[in-house]
Amino acid sequence: MNLYNPLKVVPPLVTGLWTTFKSTLKKPVTIQYPEVKRPVRERYKGRHELKRYDNGLEKCIGCALCAAACPADAIFVEASENIDEKRFSPGERYASTYEINMLRCIFCGYCEDACPTEAIVLGDNYELSFTDRSQAIYTREMLLDPVPAGGEPTPREVEPGSFDRSIPEMKDPA
Amino acid sequence: MTEAVENQVEEQAQPEEKLVTLTIDNIEVSVPEGTVLVDAAKKIGVDIPVFCYHPKMEPVGMCRMCLVEVGRPVFDRATGEPVLEEDGSPKIQFGPKLDTGCTVEVSEGMVVRGYTEEVVDARKEVLEFLLTSHPLDCPICDKGGECPLQNLTMRYGPGTSRFIFDEKHHAAKHVPLGEIIYLDRERCIQCARCTRFQDEVVDDPVIGFSQRGRSLEIVTFSDPGFDSYWSGNTTDICPVGALTTADFRFGARPWELKASASVCNHCPVGCNTTVNTRREAKSGGELVIKRMMPRQNEYINEIWMCDKGRFAHHYTQSEERLTQPMVRNEVGELEATSWEAALDLVAEEFKAASDGLVTLAGARLSNEDLFNIQQVTEKLGGKALQNTHMAGGELVASVGVGQGSNLSDLGEGDAILVVASDLEEEAPLYWLRIKQASERGATLVVANPRDTKLSSKANYELRYSYGEEAAAVMALLGSISPKTPGESEAVKKLSRGQEVKDAATAISEANNLVVLYGNEGTGLATSQSLADACANLLVATGHVGKANNGLIAVWDKGNTQGAYDMGLVPSEDLAADLMSAKAAYIVAADPAGDDATLAEAIKAVEEDAEKFLVVQELFLTESAKLADVVLPVQANTERQGTYTNAERRVQIFYPAVPAPVNVHADYAVAANIAERLDLKLQKVIPAQVMAQIAETVSDYAEVSYTKMAEVEEQWPIISSEDVFYGGTSYENEQGMGQQLQPASQGGESPALSFAQVADAPKVDGLLAVPVTRLYDRGSTVVPTELLSERLTPTSVVLSPDDAEKLSIEPDAEVTVKLNGTETKAQARIEAGVPQGYVLVPRSVGIALNSPSPVEIKA
Ligand code: SF4
Ligand code: SF4
Ligand code: SF4
Ligand code: SF4
Ligand code: FES
Repeated sequence: MNLYNPLKVVPPLVTGLWTTFKSTLKKPVTIQYPEVKRPVRERYKGRHELKRYDNGLEKCIGCALCAAACPADAIFVEASENIDEKRFSPGERYASTYEINMLRCIFCGYCEDACPTEAIVLGDNYELSFTDRSQAIYTREMLLDPVPAGGEPTPREVEPGSFDRSIPEMKDPA
Repeated sequence: MTEAVENQVEEQAQPEEKLVTLTIDNIEVSVPEGTVLVDAAKKIGVDIPVFCYHPKMEPVGMCRMCLVEVGRPVFDRATGEPVLEEDGSPKIQFGPKLDTGCTVEVSEGMVVRGYTEEVVDARKEVLEFLLTSHPLDCPICDKGGECPLQNLTMRYGPGTSRFIFDEKHHAAKHVPLGEIIYLDRERCIQCARCTRFQDEVVDDPVIGFSQRGRSLEIVTFSDPGFDSYWSGNTTDICPVGALTTADFRFGARPWELKASASVCNHCPVGCNTTVNTRREAKSGGELVIKRMMPRQNEYINEIWMCDKGRFAHHYTQSEERLTQPMVRNEVGELEATSWEAALDLVAEEFKAASDGLVTLAGARLSNEDLFNIQQVTEKLGGKALQNTHMAGGELVASVGVGQGSNLSDLGEGDAILVVASDLEEEAPLYWLRIKQASERGATLVVANPRDTKLSSKANYELRYSYGEEAAAVMALLGSISPKTPGESEAVKKLSRGQEVKDAATAISEANNLVVLYGNEGTGLATSQSLADACANLLVATGHVGKANNGLIAVWDKGNTQGAYDMGLVPSEDLAADLMSAKAAYIVAADPAGDDATLAEAIKAVEEDAEKFLVVQELFLTESAKLADVVLPVQANTERQGTYTNAERRVQIFYPAVPAPVNVHADYAVAANIAERLDLKLQKVIPAQVMAQIAETVSDYAEVSYTKMAEVEEQWPIISSEDVFYGGTSYENEQGMGQQLQPASQGGESPALSFAQVADAPKVDGLLAVPVTRLYDRGSTVVPTELLSERLTPTSVVLSPDDAEKLSIEPDAEVTVKLNGTETKAQARIEAGVPQGYVLVPRSVGIALNSPSPVEIKA
């Protein structure tokens, strides 16, 4: 190939520049992360969140079924007893320790499937970066959702006997 | 074993039983007559699901879970011949309805079908019905994961329900039956296993059903609630999570637990246990003991254990544990130091003391510890003592129960003598097994100065006064062979009356005889004569040297027998022995804390600059506070070792949790001291210590860790897969232990000494006698907060008459003047306490070694 033959060099150059020119007129596909973030898909599986009921009580009852279901052994749960003066969740039991090691988690969502109260949900957050292994352990406080408007933070004092069931009342499937 | 003995063992193991052959799910099986279908099926590995049936209790047929099709062969009425089908097989007539497999007994030619559609449907329906009033809160239920209802629903359940959801029954979920056991009323399926257990098995009917139908609930009638030493077992056999312990409440999910085999050392029974552990964030990620469960050993505890063994484990992980060796510095304070420095100092001082060394070891230690400690002492020519007030270890080694004994073999035609023992308080499992033997038809003779729980089962009850224990046994012996020389007044007095003569006849005619002596009201001296008397009775009636015959001492500590076997002897005068010591080596004992006079003796040792005191302990006890050197050691849950129980069965316990970094096992500490005294002892592997014991102690020649770890097939079959059958007791995969042969079984004729029979001591006024209570205030019990309300208070027990005479109200505070000390105590009044005597529970704060005059002031 003769590199000095203008007939062979110019047309491809023009084609290229034309493509560039066309692109400058198109809507850009890149976004200015982290200032701008793209919304995730509806069933995206990001960092876990521990949910609350509307009244602010935690949904998690410390049953450790998520930990049992987890194939990566990423979850550690320890339960304690609720009392009406110091209630975290409905029923007798709440998770006094709840930890997920995000370095182990494979974001399979089995924990979500196992949860009897829909307390643990894989959320939208994918920004998981650490400078140290120990930071990868998300504790209960880090995972818990903020208290919804109108709800009260936990622990709180409640009327005796008002929240004595752990599992939400089941609907008649019929 | 000699041939004759061997034959005998076999005969006993297999009494004449008629076998019946039947077919269950197309598998043929032959089982003894009287077996119920569920058990027969279990033997061939066919599961008939049950809820209310339990292999250790009588069937009641309440839950209908075990429904099966039962067919029987048809016989021609005229000829009596079985009717045959066309193909020549016997014709089987099936019942019009399903039968409960737990109540139907096997019969010849029976055909059982557990797989037909009708049976499958019946199971579905029973489960569907049970679940109409079940909360299904498995996620928060402590039983979830090892729950029969859960497992059987998964396997046989319908999956859906036809019942109306809104009519689901709701009831109280957190009902304390006392502070130890919680009831969840919603979860109860009304199988009555718990109430039947309390009533039939342990004879403590303190819980029962109240109301009817859906309102039926379990209630407790006692104060405090569920007042029984056995309550924990109901949580094992409850087929749902209706009964759970406060100790394990929300402690862990069962599948998260690690299991290690262990042996309880709270009493001389030596129940096999499983220690369940889990890492805990609250404890900084440490492995923590979550619960103690029974482990099956049909020679010892079957599938049960008492509440002391189950709950009193918290001491092992107490904050108060010692973690550093300490040496007293110039200003007289204990200061942490290195092991090297501490051990060098100890060895140097021991060498200097030479035969002035006095060693005192407690029998909570393992055989390995006791052996090494004894060897160190022997090397220097010192005195090796053990901390006990019971004598007779050598006698048990000579005429103890024979190899191959099992209290479950005793029944019709056999006799048991229990003397000077409040058996349930001293060794709960022995009480249970003796009670069961008596229910199987064994003749039970109970000799005690007052009523105990065992009395109600006694065929013959012999009463004597405190101090006449040996005389009571000699009176029995005298009625059998009247030639017994040198009878004392007491023997003569006790020999009168028909009851003694009848009891003596029963004993002399028995096929097998086991004698248990305890420590109700005895001190070391009386205990010795009592043991001698019992041994004489056994030898005179020929009940030694064979299985299921011989002597059992209901020791005051877990491994007292092991301590005797390792050559440690009790001290007749501990204070004097300690005073005379140039160096004292105190291990797992707290004389200063137990007894003020001993505290004086220890103080004298401590104050004398020439003398040297070493305390090797878990805690900074009163004695440790006075020591020159304190050596921290590992708890039994942190290491391996063996205990020898009162029937001389040697058993291994295994480590469950890691030990604190800087503490060592007792045998290792002793071996390290030995090393500095040019004595080579094993210090790394307990099995090697045992090998050395086997070389040195002739009775242990056959003992090895390998043999102790051998398992046998046991009945009932308990396995982790089918918790519905036997409960959540653990399967024994770690060994049944090895029973030692008493010398008499080896053909040696026992060396007996004539029992020194004393008359009851005469005092003006009241006589204080020591008795044992299960829930005492020892250092291994007190750290368990759960039991705190049930522990025996610092108290004395008076008869109603004496209380009235002294105008003492029940539970009033009184001053007890005893052996020169004054103590404030609560006065309890119990009918049954003989007049003129004051019972002083051991280890609750009033020191009393043997009966002594006492003054009680309101
Ligand atoms: S998403 Fe999967 S791997 Fe991650 S914690 Fe849940 S169960 Fe475990
Ligand atoms: S998140 Fe759900 S499954 Fe996990 S412990 Fe809590 S309630 Fe149980
Ligand atoms: S509490 Fe448990 S053992 Fe007792 S009747 Fe109810 S289900 Fe049966
Ligand atoms: S009966 Fe004795 S050995 Fe058994 S658990 Fe109770 S205290 Fe321990
Ligand atoms: S009726 Fe047979 S097990 Fe309950």
